[in-house]
Amino acid sequence: MIDLSVNFGGIKAPNPFWLASAPPTNSGYQIMKAFDAGWGGAVWKTLGVPVVNVSSRYGSVNYRNTKMMGFNNIELITDRPLADNLREIEEVKKYFPDHAVIASLMVESRAEWEQIIKDVQNAGADGIELNFGCPHGMCERGMGSAVGQEPEVLKTIVGWVKEAANIPVITKLSPNISHITDPGLAAVQGGTDSISLINTIKSIVGIDLDSYAPYPIVDGKGSNGGYCGPAVKPIAMHMLKDLAQHPEIGKVPLSGIGGIETWRDVVEFILLGATSVQVCTAVMHYGFGIVREMEAGLRQFMEEKNYNTIYDFAGKALPNVTEWKHLNLKHKVVAEINPDKCIGCDLCYISCDDGAHQAIALSDDPTNRIPSIIEENCVGCNLCSLVCPVEDCITMVKKDDGTESLTWNERTLNDDIPVTFDDDRAGGKGHFVPTPQDALKHRK
Amino acid sequence: MAEYKKPKTKAEFDKNFKQKKPLMNDTEAFYEASRCLFCYDAPCIQACPTSIDIPLFIKQIHTDNITGASKTIFDSNWLGNACGVVCPTGVLCEGACVYNHQDVPPIQIGRLQNYATNKTIDAEKVIFKVGESNGKKIAIIGAGPAGIACACEARTLGYDVDIYEAKDKPSGLTVYGIAPYKITNEEVLKEVDYLQKQLSFNIKYNNAINSKEELAALETNYDAIFIGVGLGVTRHLGMDGEDKEGVVGAVEFIEELRMKQHEIKVPAKVVVLGGGNTAMDAASEAARMGARKTVLAYRNSKQKMGAYGFEYDLAISAGVDSLFNVTPIAITGNGKVEGVKFAKTEMVDGKLQTNMNNTFIVRCDMVIKATGQAKQGHLYAMIDDLDLDNKTRIKINDEFQTSNPKYFAGGDAVNGGAEVVNAAYDGKMAAQGIHNWLNK
Repeated sequence: MIDLSVNFGGIKAPNPFWLASAPPTNSGYQIMKAFDAGWGGAVWKTLGVPVVNVSSRYGSVNYRNTKMMGFNNIELITDRPLADNLREIEEVKKYFPDHAVIASLMVESRAEWEQIIKDVQNAGADGIELNFGCPHGMCERGMGSAVGQEPEVLKTIVGWVKEAANIPVITKLSPNISHITDPGLAAVQGGTDSISLINTIKSIVGIDLDSYAPYPIVDGKGSNGGYCGPAVKPIAMHMLKDLAQHPEIGKVPLSGIGGIETWRDVVEFILLGATSVQVCTAVMHYGFGIVREMEAGLRQFMEEKNYNTIYDFAGKALPNVTEWKHLNLKHKVVAEINPDKCIGCDLCYISCDDGAHQAIALSDDPTNRIPSIIEENCVGCNLCSLVCPVEDCITMVKKDDGTESLTWNERTLNDDIPVTFDDDRAGGKGHFVPTPQDALKHRK
Repeated sequence: MAEYKKPKTKAEFDKNFKQKKPLMNDTEAFYEASRCLFCYDAPCIQACPTSIDIPLFIKQIHTDNITGASKTIFDSNWLGNACGVVCPTGVLCEGACVYNHQDVPPIQIGRLQNYATNKTIDAEKVIFKVGESNGKKIAIIGAGPAGIACACEARTLGYDVDIYEAKDKPSGLTVYGIAPYKITNEEVLKEVDYLQKQLSFNIKYNNAINSKEELAALETNYDAIFIGVGLGVTRHLGMDGEDKEGVVGAVEFIEELRMKQHEIKVPAKVVVLGGGNTAMDAASEAARMGARKTVLAYRNSKQKMGAYGFEYDLAISAGVDSLFNVTPIAITGNGKVEGVKFAKTEMVDGKLQTNMNNTFIVRCDMVIKATGQAKQGHLYAMIDDLDLDNKTRIKINDEFQTSNPKYFAGGDAVNGGAEVVNAAYDGKMAAQGIHNWLNK
């Protein structure tokens, strides 16, 4: 019997699908609608001293025919009075007592933190999320990512909050930092109950070619925004992994945020150690209804893999994410083209010839567009299989017998690594490379 | 059974001749362009007689560089807009699209091409540059696609160009001879007007070159002459009753249809003779003009027809019936056509034989002969030392030069009848041939 319920650092929810603190959680109306649609939790749009927002506020990166592959916003925290938000929190909790309602908070002084924590607790919030991530606007005022980028300040504020709060505290981290483990560790040392990440990435999504202003344009000017959406998922997953593998930070529950849109995204985040996920852009794009696909897919996955709860597989990918130096240098794969499936676009040929290792040849017969792999040149880089538009046409076939393993680390310990500029032990030494002049062969 | 009501107004005519490749809107073009794989050494380019860099212009459409896309197209093909819609793309670029091997619909290259050029033409974007004048002059006989392409290319090379056109409109068969559901008159003329405005070549309308004196004047006044006269009137078949009222040539029928549209009358029963693309067009057009019964009659089997399969399918879908292995032996009727007498044919030892013992009559009120056009032999005979092949086609070398060095030629006059795109290619290449010859 599959049970999707979670207890995330003391915050209980019927499922791990939560709405991130953002425009979709601006009001009780939206959160009630979301819970009704199947979301298990919601982090309320950040509360604090209300702001004044600009028009316009959002920009996007479209790729090919995909709209909003990346999304950017310069909207600040809530611009609604605190009293209205508190009343609505109470209202939502009345209808949905078992769902997680988490108040995202961002204020300046310790006194303000203490006051607002008291207020949201009284309103019935199940937890608090500290917004130390917002990379636009609020950071200019010393809040948001300005805190997230200063581990010491972050730790201090987490300490204040923990002293004042009697409900669980999630610390939300900014990715706009060199090592995510620095603020992560500071949060844990400050006493946080859990961590969520990532907040948005400082960004410019585009420039208008007529007005020369960045999007979104506010009366001829723009500002850096916070980048999110499917494009940021790889960055988020990497940072999640860094925290999950950390001996100290990995002990607290982690809520994954960043480009999550489908059940696959959800499963991947859980495999990297997340035990709740937060979604914003996908909802801003498609509405609350997309949770149906996420939940159906997650259940299907769990059924097929025989898991009862998400804790059965949370973090299961972590042991396989290692440092480069521990990868097996003896492992060898080579590309194989299925001529029955090949449609002759020859993208594999040109991508390999121009962009990789010159390991694919065209036929001498101009009517035959099916290329062939030059096995001795193929380094098994995957590029051809990645550009191939046909499903399962190019596969990477294992060529080693699996008996040998040797890592860079081991070679280093064995004192068997290239040390001079022309060392014979270089990996590419003796590998086929056409002469520079061969590039101009087509010229008459 | 007719599927079309007789069109009585321009609106009804346009409905019956609805465009087969309607103009794409921005969204459709954007999404369609996004599907292009940008193949290496793309098969679509190889399949295009003018070698348009198709993946490039599609990428340009996708990145909203419509003017750039049009430049890419016109750089290779001066009639890029017309060709986008009238080209048999299914057997050219789109037929070569690799998606066909994946059972995925090929990219709609023709419509994308038309989308880009049409936008650029409508915006009157100036994208061509007349070459610096070199003081030399070229005369072009015929303002069809070959002549127009030759004129455009020659202007960019700095030549003064005069086109001598027998009719009162430019574009030749593109405006007079293409089925109306492929392109409208307005669209054809708009493109030539666009080209002419930027490249300022002269077209002398109603100015057929018919005499030795006129040719001599051209030879005196111009440095080179390009022959782009296409083909002539429908060939005479020489059968009994061919001169009866109601017997028309396909080319003449289509020309009248294009010019007068709903004002022409097509009677109830029509027989179309022939198995080429023009026959398919004529049959389809007769049906769309409200003929109750249109019969396509071809002397050989369905497989032997010269027409593209899709053109035949189009005629059939318009309600045309077909008869194969029949040859017309006489046209019956008393002054006016009343029927066509056919004899059955059969293959005997690889040769098509007519069985005069097996004849029958198909009753009809009109016969459209789509059995080929005559060559412009009367003109060629007046040009000194002009070599022709055994099918009265002008012989040219790799530079599109004829055996009389002052004369160059291209299009149907050289290939015996092909697509607009082939003529456009010939005209462009002939201008380059002229340029090479004059700069030797």
